[in-house]
Amino acid sequence: MLIFEKSSPGRTGYSLPKLDVPDAPLADLMPGDMIDEEGKPLPEVSELDVVRHYTKLSQKNFSVDSHFYPLGSCTMKYNPKINEDMAALPGFAELHPYQSEGSVQGALELLHQLERFFCELTAMDRFTLQPAAGAHGELTALMMTKAYFNHRKEKRSIILVPDSAHGTNPASAAMAGFSVVQVKSNDKGNVDLADLERLLTDDVACLMMTNPNTLGLFEVDILKISEMVHGKGSLLYYDGANLNATLGKVRPGDMGFDIMHINPHKTFSTPHGGGGPGAGPVGARGELVKFLPVPLVNYDESKKSYSLHFDEPLSIGRMRAFYGNFLVLVKAFTYIISLGREGLLDVAHLSVLNANYLMKALSKSFHLPYDRTCMHEFVLSIKDWKSEGIHTLDVAKRLLDYGFHAPTIYFPLIVEEAMMIEPTETESKEMLDDFVQALICIREEILSEPAVVHDAPHKMPVKRLDDVVAARKPVLRWDPNA
Amino acid sequence: MKYTPHTEADIAAMLSFLEKSSLHDLFADIPCDALCNKEMKLPPPLAEMEVRKRCEELAGKNVKYSSSFLGAGSYRHFIPSAVKTITSRSEFYTAYTPYQAEASQGTLQAIFEFQSFMCLLTGMEVANASLYDGSTAVAEAATLAMGETRRKKLIVSQSLHPEYREVLSTYLGTGERAEIVPLPHKDGTVDIESLKSLVDKTTAAVIVQNPNFFGALEPVQEIAAIAKSAGAISVLAVAEPYSLGLLKAPGKLGIDIVVGECQSFGIPRGFGGPLLGFMATQGRYMRRIPGRLCGKTVDKDGQEGFVLTLQAREQHIRRDKASSNICSNEALCALAATVHLSLIGRKGLREVAEQNIKKAHYAAEKISGIKGFSRKFKSPFFNEFVIQCPHDASRLIAELDGKGIAAGVDLGRLYPDMKDCLLVCVTEMTAREEMDRLAGALSELSAPAVV
Repeated sequence: MLIFEKSSPGRTGYSLPKLDVPDAPLADLMPGDMIDEEGKPLPEVSELDVVRHYTKLSQKNFSVDSHFYPLGSCTMKYNPKINEDMAALPGFAELHPYQSEGSVQGALELLHQLERFFCELTAMDRFTLQPAAGAHGELTALMMTKAYFNHRKEKRSIILVPDSAHGTNPASAAMAGFSVVQVKSNDKGNVDLADLERLLTDDVACLMMTNPNTLGLFEVDILKISEMVHGKGSLLYYDGANLNATLGKVRPGDMGFDIMHINPHKTFSTPHGGGGPGAGPVGARGELVKFLPVPLVNYDESKKSYSLHFDEPLSIGRMRAFYGNFLVLVKAFTYIISLGREGLLDVAHLSVLNANYLMKALSKSFHLPYDRTCMHEFVLSIKDWKSEGIHTLDVAKRLLDYGFHAPTIYFPLIVEEAMMIEPTETESKEMLDDFVQALICIREEILSEPAVVHDAPHKMPVKRLDDVVAARKPVLRWDPNA
Repeated sequence: MKYTPHTEADIAAMLSFLEKSSLHDLFADIPCDALCNKEMKLPPPLAEMEVRKRCEELAGKNVKYSSSFLGAGSYRHFIPSAVKTITSRSEFYTAYTPYQAEASQGTLQAIFEFQSFMCLLTGMEVANASLYDGSTAVAEAATLAMGETRRKKLIVSQSLHPEYREVLSTYLGTGERAEIVPLPHKDGTVDIESLKSLVDKTTAAVIVQNPNFFGALEPVQEIAAIAKSAGAISVLAVAEPYSLGLLKAPGKLGIDIVVGECQSFGIPRGFGGPLLGFMATQGRYMRRIPGRLCGKTVDKDGQEGFVLTLQAREQHIRRDKASSNICSNEALCALAATVHLSLIGRKGLREVAEQNIKKAHYAAEKISGIKGFSRKFKSPFFNEFVIQCPHDASRLIAELDGKGIAAGVDLGRLYPDMKDCLLVCVTEMTAREEMDRLAGALSELSAPAVV
């Protein structure tokens, strides 16, 4: 039942103090023909109605706090609770973006220090913290790439992306006005150097890479690739979606990347919120720094104060209003100072350990298209079971019945019936063992009673939902007149 | 503090299972000699109480004003406790995008309800699951309009939030993709004669804000009609959605696309982020809308449920042909707005809006009664207005800052010809005493001894 259907005229969940200024008829304050006499048909419900309604809805969700959530490339690690408390401090939460600089020194100091942390972790020279999400960071970086070549009076129109890339890479490239060309992967799951050589023309602005890539594999030829790309005067872009695997271990800048984005909602434990808010800080090295969006946060040693710096003639400009998803950034900052250098290195070590442990434990029962040491995630294929009429989607849905969120499925696109699994470092060995057991049980079910898997899920609030019905006759809102 | 559960024994057992002798061996694919373990200047780990102390120290360096008249796209409205109660439920905030619909019905139904609320407020037929903020929502609307009309000219009101205009220009202003034409204002609202002369058969969209950046109410219906007469799409930005408690729904005034910012509904100012962008359109643009859409469907037993739908528009399916690159949006903020709107309801929305307009008029009258201060524009306004001061607004703001009053936004920062103008915002949270105090402080400043 929708909240609108629980409405009863006259009920309310809100109270206001009495008006403390002289009352005046509305018609004296604004043109009568602008006034909406009918009012908007919002629901009329009590506070308890609202709280119960949304509490019950929340109970229909899987979440990191309630379930193992091995969603590949999403890094669904535990979200420490202190992060939430720190972001809710009134000294942060109640700041207005247009307060005087003198009144927001603590906030600016936090942003400045967070930027320094990001620079240290990635070997970039500067970061903008403005972009609101990973894809927004990609767009920012690609606009900077465009501005960089325009400034050099070079016309370059192509962005290369590996065939294993996230969908946002080509979408961001197109949005920034580039055309997109795909580079093949080789049989080891890495970028095919011969194909890259063939495609790397003078018209290529940039190669976008995720490293480790979306197969969870480190690009072993990265130094060679960097040399090839830079040899053509092109740039190398680092998609930070998989930064978790190498945090504190190896830095994008040291590998030769020129520009990159970070996903704090993946690597730095800020919650995913059911689909945001995230953040998408963009880092740049050398010449590219000048093209970062404004404002940047600068520190003036002589005045011992922080300020918002706008005057950058080559900057691409603003990517959103104000300075970024500040309260999300507070959470990332909190996480980094909690873990410190040692803790961050543990993240890389233990996320990679967990993934390899899980991969090996599953490799006896499942097809592993790329059988080599993985980084923080790996990809299985369920294609061998197609003869039983079972697809990856069925296995994913059956996993829900066993109390596990499904891995990412049908991605990357280059693996048939793909299942992409990322356990993260915050899961225990016992949890990984339980997950292996569940998948082995499902394998047995496929052989003994495939219908159970085919018709899954059985224990969720709803049975398998029909996507086709939803798309054929879209119902996208509650209609008061229906 | 660390959040990893591994004991020494766990690590040893797992490494032995993997036939590896150390954690470092797992990184053999990395050309480590050249790359690994560079010295990084990062602090040592802190215990939770030390973390708290450090953050509180930083938060404590920020000044809390005894009263604030700052608006300009970030508003101080009352947030009922129940909003935080719900958004703090970790079943919501630690979930991800509802790709597995059967295990995400809570998030999905909340998105569906958010979409419904946006349609009810705007009078539109379709709304998406959210966008980053009002500024990027404007840029997305412009992109939609250019794709739909196959035209390139964007007529953009100068009374649209300056930062929204900057973002639009970053997104589309360079190269030959769009032609952005500024539409001047006259006495604080769109200059209708200019609009008529600028609109033509090459116009993709006319983009205006209501209430506009100066807080003034635009003749929305007339603007929509002028756009329509040239086959252009009318885009209305709403940065202060509480105004819709009083104003007619834009969809009923002929507007094609409404975009904007819902921070006002249950989201703290947070130094400007996260925010909550939205887009609502007439039904005919359904397949061009950027970002996620949640739709109703049935399960195999015929029971009602919700899924993400029409995904052929989106980046993970269409890649470089997608209607936008957006992936993560502002889902938890959309949940906050949904709960907030449920609580305030039909009557509350109207009452809050009425208090905003009435209090703002009280403040405007009070301030413009002070010698040397006057309202810059005569146009009707909602909860913000522009005050022309006897001297630079920046100076006045600095003076009042020292007294714990954030007097408003210095418009000279954003409009070079308005250095003596102050943008003042009043909401239901602004007590009469605060307005009286502001007026008192301003009259002291206007006294000849000080000026």
